[in-house]
Amino acid sequence: MAYLPHTDEDRRLMLQAIGVARLDDLYEAVPAVHRFPELDLPDAISELEVAAELQALAEANLDVRHNACFLGAGAYHHFIPSVVDAILRRGEFYTAYTPYQPEVSQGTLQATFEYQSLICNLTGMDVSNASHYDGATALAEAVILALNHHRGKRHKVILSPAVHPHYRETVRTYMQGLDLQIVGDEDPRRDAAELARRIDGDTAMVAVQYPDFFGTIVDFTALGQAAHTAGALLCVVVNPLALGLLKPPSAFDADVVVGDGQPLGIPLSYGGPHLGLFTTKQEYVRKMAGRLVGETVDSRGQRGYVLTLTPREQHIRREKATSNICTNVALMALASAVYLSVTGRQGLRRVAELCYHKAHYAAAEIARLPGFRLWNQGAFFHEFVVACPRPVPEINEHLLEHEILGGYDLGQVHPSLAGHMLLAVTEMNTKDEIDDLVAGLEEATHA
Amino acid sequence: MNVPQDLKYTKNDEWIRVEGDLGTIGITDYAQEQLSDIVFVEATLAVGESGAKGGTCATVESVKAAAEVYLPVGGTVTKINEELPKSPEKINQDPYGAAWILQIRIADPSELGGLLDAAAYEAYCRERAS
Repeated sequence: MAYLPHTDEDRRLMLQAIGVARLDDLYEAVPAVHRFPELDLPDAISELEVAAELQALAEANLDVRHNACFLGAGAYHHFIPSVVDAILRRGEFYTAYTPYQPEVSQGTLQATFEYQSLICNLTGMDVSNASHYDGATALAEAVILALNHHRGKRHKVILSPAVHPHYRETVRTYMQGLDLQIVGDEDPRRDAAELARRIDGDTAMVAVQYPDFFGTIVDFTALGQAAHTAGALLCVVVNPLALGLLKPPSAFDADVVVGDGQPLGIPLSYGGPHLGLFTTKQEYVRKMAGRLVGETVDSRGQRGYVLTLTPREQHIRREKATSNICTNVALMALASAVYLSVTGRQGLRRVAELCYHKAHYAAAEIARLPGFRLWNQGAFFHEFVVACPRPVPEINEHLLEHEILGGYDLGQVHPSLAGHMLLAVTEMNTKDEIDDLVAGLEEATHA
Repeated sequence: MNVPQDLKYTKNDEWIRVEGDLGTIGITDYAQEQLSDIVFVEATLAVGESGAKGGTCATVESVKAAAEVYLPVGGTVTKINEELPKSPEKINQDPYGAAWILQIRIADPSELGGLLDAAAYEAYCRERAS
């Protein structure tokens, strides 16, 4: 049976209305040779056969349950307590789309309010919106906030070269066509002091990452002061999980803190969905895109939740809006809120500590191998860079034979970083896995 | 509807109080009534910056809409009401008093001739209401 809702009579009436004799006449503009290509599909198969075939295809994928994963670079393999999924899959949350009459969806609003509160707590910032798509779009929105704060009178944004390369690409895509210079990330080795020297009266914002893309933990207090002296804003891109251990970016007097919430209870899922965190100071709340849920009391004095800032892009500012994205990822925001609630302050610190110690054990062992050298200057969190004696793709191929997903090839980011591998270690990596990695790397140099 | 006699008005519902070569600017009682509860106001020109007649000088946002405030005449900003953003509801309560938005030094007094007086503005508001 064909699932087509229109009857022949419907079609006849529609064709008549537009003055076309036959349906095929609508396709006349398409060259005949392309009109009905031979699809050459195999015969239909049963559901049982389809399931078996899909299973076989799925098993051909490499996954982190069957391979030791040391690949991070923005997406991290962490433990997800089963309560996260149990709550996400409740019909009330799982099926709900944007509540267009938000106040009748008190449960959805409360979940978002709690997410915002937890993220503010973690980052030390005043306000969090209900989230963006991912860390990259959140950073682009931060740049837009800064440009609007300066009312288009400043034309320069400084990006640290240690901000995730995909995020920097996304910022450039967003800003196409604007009279804006995006500078600072030409040389991957440029540090915070060098970035500070590039700040001038035309700089709208300086954006850095913490821990940075290479895993290094940098204190941005001085950079924040330099930015503020020049009237520029400081944006810090964070890994929220690291904030279980590190002092929050509010300590650098950051004006905007963004990041990707994937490490907080969201699976790798071959690339998404992720969660864009966006927080700022109270004074910039009306420059912030998206929506914000608030807590209030109703006429009977009962606690209730409201959209304090509705998606103003649609309702109030419309063509005067500064952003055209008001979509949030409510389900992923809920996942991170549940994750943070069940881990708690102590639990999050413990996860971060496990990541930190395991990464440092791995780094120390690898640094002892002949030909390998630790590249990071100073403290790092759960990711680090090693200079390798052979091309990274060759090493990774060897590791894969031992069911190990090796590190990220930094030659993809900048030619001067060829031969450098970015390795991530989380609480999911056992000591045995780390020892296997070290042995595999050593072997790879002789293979 | 309150339309003070001593002010000049625009068809965009701004008022200007002229004292010598200075002009104080705000939005009218009719405008605040139309916008309903004002929740945000921000001058978009800084002290020392100039704008031409009809140029944007502030943004006002209510629970219903966002509106730009335009300069009734060209000039250079001499003062901004710094207190107003902290309590934007003053625009609803006292649009011609505490809720002045900014003050300019008028560049060309002859531009004032093109503005409406109280009677003409009141008639214009009534026309729109009917």
